[in-house]
Amino acid sequence: MIELSHIDRHFQVGDQRVKALDDINLHIGAGEYVSIMGPSGSGKSTLLNLIGLLDRPSAGSYRLDGTDVTALSDVEQAQVRNSQIGFVFQMFHLVPRLTAAENVALPLLLAGMTAEARQPLVASALEALGMADRSHHRPEQLSGGQRQRVAIARATVTKPRVLLADEPTGNLDQKAGGDVLAILEGLVDAGITLIMVTHDPAMGGRAQRQLAMRDGRLVSDEQGSPHGDP
Amino acid sequence: MKTADFLSLTGSSLLAHRLRSLLTALGIAVGIGAVVLLTSIGEGLQQFVLAQFTQFGTTIVAVNPGKATTAGTSAGVFGTERPLTIEDAIALEQLPYARAVVPFVQGNAAVEYAGLSRRTTIYGAGPAMPEAFRMAVAIGGFLPEDDPTAPRALAVLGSKLRGELFRDENSLGRRITIAGSRFRVVGVMAAKGTVLGFDLDDTVYIPAARAMSLFNVNGLIEIDVMYDEDTKVETVVEGIRRVLTARHGRDDVTITTQQQMLDVLGGVLDVLTFAVAAIGSVSLLVGAIGIVTIMTIAVNERRNEIGLLRALGARQSQVLSLFLGEAIVLAAAGGLAGLLLGTGLGQLLQFAIPALPVQPSLFYVVLAESIAITIGLLAGVLPARRAARLDPVEALRAE
Ligand SMILES: Nc1ncnc2c1ncn2[C@@H]1O[C@H](COP(=O)(O)OP(=O)(O)O)[C@@H](O)[C@H]1O
Ligand SMILES: [Mg+2]
Repeated sequence: MIELSHIDRHFQVGDQRVKALDDINLHIGAGEYVSIMGPSGSGKSTLLNLIGLLDRPSAGSYRLDGTDVTALSDVEQAQVRNSQIGFVFQMFHLVPRLTAAENVALPLLLAGMTAEARQPLVASALEALGMADRSHHRPEQLSGGQRQRVAIARATVTKPRVLLADEPTGNLDQKAGGDVLAILEGLVDAGITLIMVTHDPAMGGRAQRQLAMRDGRLVSDEQGSPHGDP
Repeated sequence: MKTADFLSLTGSSLLAHRLRSLLTALGIAVGIGAVVLLTSIGEGLQQFVLAQFTQFGTTIVAVNPGKATTAGTSAGVFGTERPLTIEDAIALEQLPYARAVVPFVQGNAAVEYAGLSRRTTIYGAGPAMPEAFRMAVAIGGFLPEDDPTAPRALAVLGSKLRGELFRDENSLGRRITIAGSRFRVVGVMAAKGTVLGFDLDDTVYIPAARAMSLFNVNGLIEIDVMYDEDTKVETVVEGIRRVLTARHGRDDVTITTQQQMLDVLGGVLDVLTFAVAAIGSVSLLVGAIGIVTIMTIAVNERRNEIGLLRALGARQSQVLSLFLGEAIVLAAAGGLAGLLLGTGLGQLLQFAIPALPVQPSLFYVVLAESIAITIGLLAGVLPARRAARLDPVEALRAE
């Protein structure tokens, strides 16, 4: 489903050229559970943003379901992000002035869905994450774990095929982090393709497929046991 | 995105910073308020002055000696022009459409009665003056139809002068002394008030020929011709010019129609209203800068939100219109408040100073609100474009 070949991404910092991604070749099939690990600055987020069409490669090709998505216009890329991709961030990125339900409704609202049509979708997305009773709370009234659950509800309310999570437990304590990971793995069981960036080997080790990066390159690609080992 | 959602998103971000939004909108409100108030006063003043001017009637043509050049002075190319005389006025009366012809001389002199003396304006005029200028006589009559070249020494008093000289006494038939000559009072004018700064009640009207010899001048300063409404003003001007050219041997007079006077006056007042609107616009500009500032700050503060919206599938155009929408709502709300402020203050002013006419002009009101919205659009466009063009990855990473 995701096919990256010879992907480069470099940044010009002053007169220095930083190679954030260097000749990445990667195929990820539908329904896979992939973790990306590596030291800070190795290019994990850059790779994830590129897969999520938030960024464009400097060179190479990216095919999503057979179409070359790097050639798409801004409007078409926005459409793909809206309907096929869900993002979960380390910093949650909830809009502080909106309630949980309003935050979850954002992608549907941007797609032009009416308030009546999206109401049941929002309610069931929150319900699935055990946040139904918090739908009228604003982010500041929620704990970190609850915020991330609202963010996951928002990422999944459009029923995307791919979920991209960049250090989703990075700002959470052990307990809340474990809960969030369990929720994400539940989504994998339901058929979603999950690509998760983490620097925690214990977490990354639970994925079926584990990628390691260093200095912008993919240095290992291993199949692990499903959902790790208890 | 549905319009309702667009409005509620816009509204929620403005309400999230209530005080800031209020102050920004206030900047526009003050500007629009100033424009509305000042133009209301300007418009009221304009109507007031025009009403003052047209109260004497609009079918009047003024004839003055000398040819006015563009510089406004007499040209005198062929030596000194011939003076306008009483005989010229008599000749103009022969024009079929001349309803009233009034010769004018003006001067200052002491008017005395029973030991009281008052220096005032003396108008040498003709018997047709009340008809031509729609002026009413309160007591007695106006100057009678004497031989215009040798009229009797009669005088008509302005109401204020009568009061000053005679107090409660009857003035009719009494003899007053003007610049040493004796005149008999035959009438008193109804009070007229001041017109454009001239106190029309503190005057004496005497026959023009008498005034000429009193002030020792050989010409009139003006002849006013009131004509039939049915006659075209061009015909009147042509007729007057033909008569006087024949009498003077050449065309050496300036003929001014009421319409020309109104045009000049209207032009001056338009400039005044415009200038006043321009002053108000400066405060509008300040308001606009306020919007640019606050929207720039908002875009900066909400980079995360912008990045997030883009990640959730917002197009650049949607981000642009969201921020543009906020700027326009701020400006439009401010504009509306400014309209209320301006008209409210106008009413208050009208109440406090009834003499000052305040006339809110629908034209300027509509213009002001359109300007407010346009300002929102212009002020919002740069920050909104910046928001739309932010790189989503960097926007998400911003602290
Ligand atoms: N916008 C940018 N400008 C310049 N350098 C960047 C930019 N984004 C990322 N980089 C660089 O690219 C490299 C990879 O960054 P990133 O993908 O964020 O690493 P990771 O997520 O693995 O910690 C780093 O060296 C980083 O400094
Ligand atoms: Mg990172």
